[in-house]
Amino acid sequence: MAEPPEQSLTLAELGARMAQSTPQSAALGFRLVSVEPGLATMAMDYKPELVGDPETGVVAGGVVTTLLDHVCGLAVSSRLLSEGQFTRVATLDLRIDYMRAAEPGKAILGRAHCYKLGHAIAFVRAAAFDVDEEDPVATAQAAFSIIPTEAIAP
Amino acid sequence: MSDPRAERLAALIDSVPYIRFLGMRADLAGDEMTAILPFAEHLVGNTLMPALHGGVLGAFLEMTAICQLGVREPQRRLPRTIDVTIEYLRPGRARTTFARAEVVKLGRRVANVHVEAWQEARASPVAALRGHFMLGPAT
Repeated sequence: MAEPPEQSLTLAELGARMAQSTPQSAALGFRLVSVEPGLATMAMDYKPELVGDPETGVVAGGVVTTLLDHVCGLAVSSRLLSEGQFTRVATLDLRIDYMRAAEPGKAILGRAHCYKLGHAIAFVRAAAFDVDEEDPVATAQAAFSIIPTEAIAP
Repeated sequence: MSDPRAERLAALIDSVPYIRFLGMRADLAGDEMTAILPFAEHLVGNTLMPALHGGVLGAFLEMTAICQLGVREPQRRLPRTIDVTIEYLRPGRARTTFARAEVVKLGRRVANVHVEAWQEARASPVAALRGHFMLGPAT
């Protein structure tokens, strides 16, 4: 769940903040690659402590899940911010298809596109890849709930 | 420890780096496993509430499915995830989270698994997962 951005925030500031401000994204080493309204890319370097299968050295699927959830959240927040809305968002559901194992040792990038922003719900598609964007590690489809400002507890 | 299921589970918890990164543990009663995720600061995705990162909940559910399949089929290599659908039902608060997996279908190559995670009460799940997993070859 992302916190509501304040009114003076720029897109670049929102992206940089979302990459590093939460303890989990900092622990995984997320960094902002680019952000524009509804379109966001983040990256993370390979870390041995994130391996899910010690026999292959491949990063755990859950790490890719977290990267995709996070970059989808930024895609929604950046679109909301560009339309002058300052609200919090929360993941409703996230579907991930794993196409292949990520290459051990390689950075993983996550790119998300918020292709529909309604009043209450936003829809996002995303992909994670390492070497070639045309050969993704995983793809995702997500729905986010847009939480009205008045529902946010002080 | 002579139960191959308990040995497999202990070996998984010991040997998978990402399980240690999460701080996940598991208890086994017969063939039924309960996964346990103690709260830790580095799992937080929202500092205001504070709440667990949605990705962490998804990762915990997926790893619970993988461990349950490992317990069910201790002689096989680890399964590979084909797809997962994660439903977020309530915020994951700053407390211990539990999860149990149900192997709905164990085919020859593919398993279908449902997992639910809860905190204070099992009847109030915080998140659920449905997924398909490619079973590993026999070792």
